[in-house]
Parts: sequence; C-alpha cells; structure tokens
Amino acid sequence: MMVFGIDPIVLIASLMAASTPILLAAIGELVVEKTGVLNLGVEGMMITGAVCGFIVTMETGSPGAGFVAAAVGSALLSLIFAVLTQVFLANQVATGLALTLFGLGLSALMGQSYVGLKSPSFPAVNFGPLADIPVVGPILFNHDPMVYVALFTVVGVWAVLRYSRLGLILRAVGENHDAAHALGYKVVRIRILAIMFGGACAGMGGAYLSLVRVHQWVEGMTAGAGWIALAIVVFASWRAGRVLLGAYLFGGVTLLQLNLQAAGSNFPVQYLSMSPYLITILVLVLMSAGRRRNALHAPGSLGRVFHASS
Amino acid sequence: MKLKSLLLGGAVALGLATTAQAEDPTKVGFVFVGPIGDGGWTYEHNEGRLAVEEHFGDKVETVFQESVPEGADAERVLTQMALGGADLIFTTSFGYMDPTINVAAKFPDVKFEHATGYKRADNVSTYSARFYEGRAIQGHIAGKMTESNIIGYIASYPIPEVIRGINSAYIHAKKVNPDVEFKIIWAFTWFDPAKEADAAKALIDQGADVILQHTDSTAPQAAAEEAGGVITFGQASDMGEYAPMPRVSSIIDNWAPYYIARTAAVIDGTWESVDTWDGISTGMVGIGEISDAVPADVKAEALALKDAIAAGEYHPFTGPLKKADGSDWLAEGEVADDGTLLGMSFYVEGIDAEIPQ
Amino acid sequence: MIRLERRAVPAAKLSYVTPVIAVVLTMVFGGALFAALGKDPIAAIRTIFYEPLFGEFSFYYRPQLLVKATPLLLIALGLAMGFRAGIWNIGAEGQYIVGAICGAAVALAFYPLDSRIVFVLAVLAGMVGGALWAMIPAFLKLRFGTNEILVSLMLVYVAENLLAAMALGPLKNPEGLGFPGSRNLTQYEAANSWIAQDLGLHWGGVAAAVAVVVIFVLMGWHVLGFQIRVSGESPRAARFAGVRPQVLVVFCMAASGMLAGVAGYFEVSGPSGQISIDFNSGYGFTAIIVAFLGRLHPIGILLASFLMALTYIGGEIAQNQLGLPAAAIQAFQGMLLFFILGLDVFTNYRLKLIQRGVA
Repeated sequence: MMVFGIDPIVLIASLMAASTPILLAAIGELVVEKTGVLNLGVEGMMITGAVCGFIVTMETGSPGAGFVAAAVGSALLSLIFAVLTQVFLANQVATGLALTLFGLGLSALMGQSYVGLKSPSFPAVNFGPLADIPVVGPILFNHDPMVYVALFTVVGVWAVLRYSRLGLILRAVGENHDAAHALGYKVVRIRILAIMFGGACAGMGGAYLSLVRVHQWVEGMTAGAGWIALAIVVFASWRAGRVLLGAYLFGGVTLLQLNLQAAGSNFPVQYLSMSPYLITILVLVLMSAGRRRNALHAPGSLGRVFHASS
Repeated sequence: MKLKSLLLGGAVALGLATTAQAEDPTKVGFVFVGPIGDGGWTYEHNEGRLAVEEHFGDKVETVFQESVPEGADAERVLTQMALGGADLIFTTSFGYMDPTINVAAKFPDVKFEHATGYKRADNVSTYSARFYEGRAIQGHIAGKMTESNIIGYIASYPIPEVIRGINSAYIHAKKVNPDVEFKIIWAFTWFDPAKEADAAKALIDQGADVILQHTDSTAPQAAAEEAGGVITFGQASDMGEYAPMPRVSSIIDNWAPYYIARTAAVIDGTWESVDTWDGISTGMVGIGEISDAVPADVKAEALALKDAIAAGEYHPFTGPLKKADGSDWLAEGEVADDGTLLGMSFYVEGIDAEIPQ
Repeated sequence: MIRLERRAVPAAKLSYVTPVIAVVLTMVFGGALFAALGKDPIAAIRTIFYEPLFGEFSFYYRPQLLVKATPLLLIALGLAMGFRAGIWNIGAEGQYIVGAICGAAVALAFYPLDSRIVFVLAVLAGMVGGALWAMIPAFLKLRFGTNEILVSLMLVYVAENLLAAMALGPLKNPEGLGFPGSRNLTQYEAANSWIAQDLGLHWGGVAAAVAVVVIFVLMGWHVLGFQIRVSGESPRAARFAGVRPQVLVVFCMAASGMLAGVAGYFEVSGPSGQISIDFNSGYGFTAIIVAFLGRLHPIGILLASFLMALTYIGGEIAQNQLGLPAAAIQAFQGMLLFFILGLDVFTNYRLKLIQRGVA
C-alpha cells in the first residue's frame, strides 16, 4: 500500500529509530519534572552523552559499553545542575541553560582527538522468524537494542509513576514539596536522584546519535534535539504514554516532510520544514482546548525552589 | 571620528612595524564559520591552515577563530586579527562578505581573501572552487551504477552553488543513462546529522540506490551502509572510513595549495587582488579514490572525464543544454560563461522539480 | 553539621560581593581548565577580563562591548518582567528574528527612498512583528490554556525556517547575483540604525537605556509592576489584590516580544547589516541567562549584559591570541554562570553551624 508515493510501514519503522534520541531524553526529563525540577540543560547532557559514548566505544570497541558510559557521563554532568539547584538553591531555568552551554563546550574539548573516526556498527537484534511477519515484522522486530531500551524505559517509567510507591513519592515531591517534606520524604535527595536519572537518559539519547545514527563524533551534533525533548515533555502534559506519542509525532512529521519531498510532491519546501513545529503546536492546542488549565498536569512545584525551613 | 582616526593610526603604525621588522614571522589569520571539528567545510579549511604552518615553519605564524557568527561578530573578529598584526586573513564563509569588505577598508595594508563571494577591493581577493567539476564525475558514476535509475540528492539551501552541483551531476548521469531520475530533498540546513540521516533514509525508501549529498555530515553514509546496496560519495572531506562501500568516491575541498601560494605571495610582496575560481586542474577540487565497488570500465571512464576536465578539454556545462522551463540555454558546443554559473538559479531540462523560492 | 538558614531580609551587601567572588572562583577553575589544555592560565584570564577593557586595543573593544551588550540588554529587560510574573517566554530568539524580518521588509519596501521616515516605520514594524509573534503563545495560552514555554520555543524554529525562506526568496538582494541574503541596510542611509559606529552606539543602545529607566520605574512604582511582582510571588494573593492574569500575560508577552523584535531590527540595520540565512546568533537564548544573572532587576540586567559581553569579546581575543579553542571559552562561560548562580544563595540564606543534639 502506498500513500502519496510513501510506504507507511517503512515510514513507521524508520520513525521508531529516528525518534529514539528525543524519546530517551524526553522520558528522562519527564521524571525530573515530575519531581518538580525543570532542567533546561537537556541539550548539554545529550551532547555530553554523545561524546562519552563515542570515546568509550572507540576505546573498548563495544557500543554497549559506550551507552553505559554515556549514561554515567551525563549523569555526572547533571550532578552539577543537581547540586546547584538543590543544595545551593540556584534558579533552575538559568542553571539549566548554563548547563547546556557548559556541556557543549566540554564535549567539544573531550572529543577533539576523535573527530573523523567511525564507530563500529551496532547490529539489529535478531528475532529470527518474527522479523519476517508482514507489517508487524519490519515495524517491531527489526531494530537495534537501544530502540527497545527506549521503549522499555517509557513503559517502566509509566508503570512506576502510576502503580508503585516510588512513583507516588516522586509525584508527591513534585506536587507539593513542603507537604512531602512534612511527611518525612527526603525531597532534596529524591530530586537529585531524579535529575541524575534524567541525565543518564539524555546521555543515552545523545549516544544514539553518535553511535547509531551517524557513527561519528562531530561537535554540536545534537543540533537542537535536546530542546525538542523538552518540548515533548510539555506536549505530553507530563504523562509517560504521551511522551511516546509526542516523540513519534514529532519524528513522524519530520520524516513525512522529507519523504514528501523525496516523493516529489509540490508543497513549498521551506514551509514543509516548519511543519513539525507547527503541527506540534496545533496538536497541543487541540489537546488543551476545552480543558481547564490545571487539568494540564503540570507538577505543582515545577521550577520552584525548595528549602526545608523546619 | 577621533576614534576612527586612532584606529587607522594604529593600523598604519602596525603596518609599518611589520614591514620594518622583516625577520618577524608573517601572520596569517583564518576565520571559520563552524567548529574545526565539524569534519566537513571548516575542518578542511583548517587542514589548509595546518598545511601553511607545516610548509613555512617558523616563517609564518597562523591564528584562527572558529564558530564565528556572520555579521557583527565577524567584523569584530576580523578587526581583532588585523589589530593583532595579521598580514593576511582568509575569511571562509559567504556570509563574511560585507564584514570583510568593511574591515579591509579600514586596514589597507592587510590583505584579505574571501571565500565564495563576489565583492573585491584592492586588498580583498576572492576565491572559490569549481565543485561542479567533481559533481560531473559523481553524476557519471551514479548514472552508470544505479539499477533503480533513481538517484537521491540531499541538498542544503537553494543557492547557486548547490543548484550548480545538482545540474552538473544530473547532466552527466543522464548522458550515460537516459532513464535516470533525480529525487531532491532540501534539508534547509548545512549540518544536522539526524536530519541528514532521515533524509537519506527517505530517499532510500523511495527507491534511490545512489545518494549524493551537499550537506557536511557522514550521517547519510551511515544510513546508506545500514540499508545496504546503496552507494554514496564523500562530501567536503574524503569520508574514506566508509570506503569501499557505500562511499565509492568523493569530492575533497583541498585549500592547502591555494593557501600556501597566497601566503608565499604576501611574503614575497607579490600579492595582488585576484578572483580565483579553481577546480580539478589545480587540485582545489580533489577527487577521492574511486573504490573497487565501481567496475573497472566505469572507473576508467570517470578518470578519463576527470583528466579531460583537468586539462581544460571538456567543460561540464557544454551545449546543447536547455533550461527546465524548456527555453534554450546553450547551443551545440557552447560553453557556459562563469557569470551565469555563479548566479545559477534554474534547473536544466529533465529535472522534474521546483527550486524552492 | 552545616545548614542554610533563610535570612529575614536579603543581605544587600552580599549581593554585590558574591558576583565578585564568583568571578574569582571562575578564574581559578577556568585557569585550571586552560592549564589542562596546555595554555598559560594567567595569560588567558588576563586576556579575557583585562584585555578588552584596558589592553592595547581597548579603544576598539570598549565600544564593541556596547555592540554586544545592547541586544542582550534589550531582550533580557523584556523577558525579566514576564519571568517575575511567572510567564515563561522562552522564544525571544524567534521574536528577535521576526522583528528583524518585519523591520527589514518594511525598510527594503521603501528602497531607495531617502527619508528618515523609513527608519521610523521599520523600527515600528520590528516592534509590531516581535510583539505579534509573542502574542501567538499569549493568545493560545489565554484561549486554550496552551503552555507558553512550548509554543514560544516551537515558534523559534518556525522563525528560523522563515528567516531562511526570506533570505533565499522575497528579501533576497536583487543585485546579489542570486546569492542568498538581503541588501545591506547599513548601506541604505534611510534605514541605517548606527549613530556612531566608532563608539559602538546605534539606536538600539538608546532604546535600551530608555528601557532600563522605564522598566525600573514601572517595576518599582507603577501599579502594573506591583501586580507583576505579586503574581510571581503569590498567584493567590494576586487574585485577591484584583490582578487580572489575562492582562498581565498580554502585557508581559507583548512587551518582551516588542523589545526582542526591535532589538532584531536594530541589529539587522546596524551591526549585522543584512538578513541572511544565519542572521540570528542566539541572543534570544543568551538573554534568558542575562535576565537571571541580573536577578530579573533592570540595573542587575544592565550589569549582567556587559559581563556577558565581556566574556564573549575577551574569549574571542583569547582564542585569537592564545589559540584557545572556542569550546574552552564556552565551558568557561558555563562555569562563570554556575558560580554566580550558586553563590547567589548566600544573599538570601546564611550558613549556620548546628550542633548535633546530644541527648
């Protein structure tokens, strides 16, 4: 079946890979924001993950080790943000932006001697005959491991937030940190761990770019993906399932506009390339229309400074 | 106005100082639009800078500044270099054109070289490379090698440089394969690996088995390798890490000979304002090793084409050629003039697409 | 055990001292970074902070500080009002671009008419363009409850694409031989915003100076400023005080969009000169940092914009003279921000040693 000269099955399979970096970064940021912390440094953490993952992969020859290193490296970077905002009570918006600036600079310094090298390939998981099932096979059973890691992370975050005690605590801390503190929860400690989880996810997302999509380290290679991830969290109105929807929608519209061009449609190109952003806005408007403002599920303490005064 | 005269005074004083102390190393400045680690455009200009350092040793000192935004920042960086005693400054992006002209007017004793622009002055030269010559060779190989007869082209922005490349590749692919069809994606970016990978994927999904790119990252190469059975060409740098497949050849920006020659001219005092538009013949446009994935006869033809272009026996834009709107452009045997090529804003006949305007 | 205790009144003196300490700490840690890269740390620090202000060529760099600080100041002033009211306009970069496009389009429409009216109309167009672009998230927020952070951020990317389309299409210089980019507005006397190029002064600098005073007065004495502050500190109290949130959203978004838009036109008709594909260079995002560095206060922002400008220009000189990579300067700027933001805590809190209770 072809639509406008595009095969939808191929398109869906492509977009699952294409959306993985923003999906990983967004799901991590979702957890961070659920605990009431707004970290705008996603871009900086992604690029740091991209370089850490690449360096370790080149030194060890193992992309798997690279992804672990990316997660650790970015989690360490996010620790700067965590300490500044949680211990030194610094403004989160500004600290996040500073983190991006710092991460971009640091990653470029770290990667200086790795420019122009090519990372080893990262083969798809072998599902055997499953991959040959029509429609479902190419969409679900023909990807590299990180695509599944990203999906499992989303499911895991969704389940934890919804059904577990840990999820309850995370949400309590994000909704009203004073009340959570009064109940005896370690607000600062929980937030620091959440921030590091967000950093680790963003790092893996960045490494997916350097190790899977491009197979190379290039300065500034995230090219704004971190900002898209941030937008997706808001778009998803802080729900894990919708993060998946948002990431696929965004990735899908981007791919669709490129496919439409390739298929030779006569839409004006410069306006097509705006379309992912415009459609994201449009869908957001449709989703928020008719609902009360506070039904948007923004965590009550998002971005506010917590200081235990008792 | 007092400050302006002071500035001029400073410049003149410095100019005198540099000529008076002849044993001082000649200072050559480079202004880059991207980071030197971009693996593409800026990376190759920086390779040229390093070649200058190596060639002249102690006689030359180079300074550079990377990731300089076009506009006000460029003007300041240029002034800074001139104040800092640079004798020769290369500005390596089209967007530096007006800043280069402005700063050059304030520092008549400093020589400037602006890449890819068209404004000159007594102390401002321009230089650019005829990349379309390399595109002709790519087109030839692509036309011979494609089995689906669909060639994908990842373009950046619809500017003459890019349009020229598309036309040149198309003409030569068509010449050897009349059934060939071009599918063009405008990425509207010079550099965004994720988007370039997506664009390559989209073209491959659309049946393309050859991908040409006019964006700088290796992401399309990685996408082609993953897809298998697709060939690509390196852009700006050799991208040899993807040889022999998918990368079967490449266009390499090789600025080193030009940078060395112009630096030597400043040292000798023979520097003059010129307009250079060099191609394969001087080595400014390098053709990367054609890999074994290309059949021997096709490789031989491609090399013959390269030699003919290098020797000046053949021009990639030779008539009869029509424009895409059906109007006549070049008569039989007629060769395109540089003016038309420089401002090229039309497709040649056969490319079934619109240029975004 | 050490812990923080909130001060009853913020320590005014410390708010002057902590930035200085932060700069000193940045010098130490930044110096270590430069040393690790094999550069002389003392020379690097000296180059960044001393050279632009008092060095051999400071006669050139001092005016350049003004050029660099002007757009940051204009944009950050507007953003700060919204931030104080809890209205998050993250898309100033987009408003800056659209302001530049609108202003340049109006100016070029009159080309080659020789009248200063052109400049006035273009400035107005820049203001209106930026304000309208900012009104999109404001309208969607009020009408549909859509989050303004997301919409304003998405609109940055839309604006960037629009910029490329304009530079390649409608605004392309007809005498530019098919190359992208508009006519150079500094060569069109009627649209030029320079007052004294050698002093780094263009009309944007004048506008910024006026804006500092107006916003200072507005925030301190006008009822609107009061409402903004109350809304940010306690939305509930604001409602009791009769604040209408809709009015504040419209005002803050329009004001910040207008200032960003006009900054865009002053830049395009002055320092930058023309609409090109990559005309924007991140002022809209950097201004967010400047706003917070200046503690959202007009005078603080004035100082913060010049400090940022200093690190940019000093950083450029250090790259040029010492061969420091641009990335090292970026990391250095990041450190400076970390220290300033982190030490800020001591103006509102004090360290207190607590004896562990012994039973």
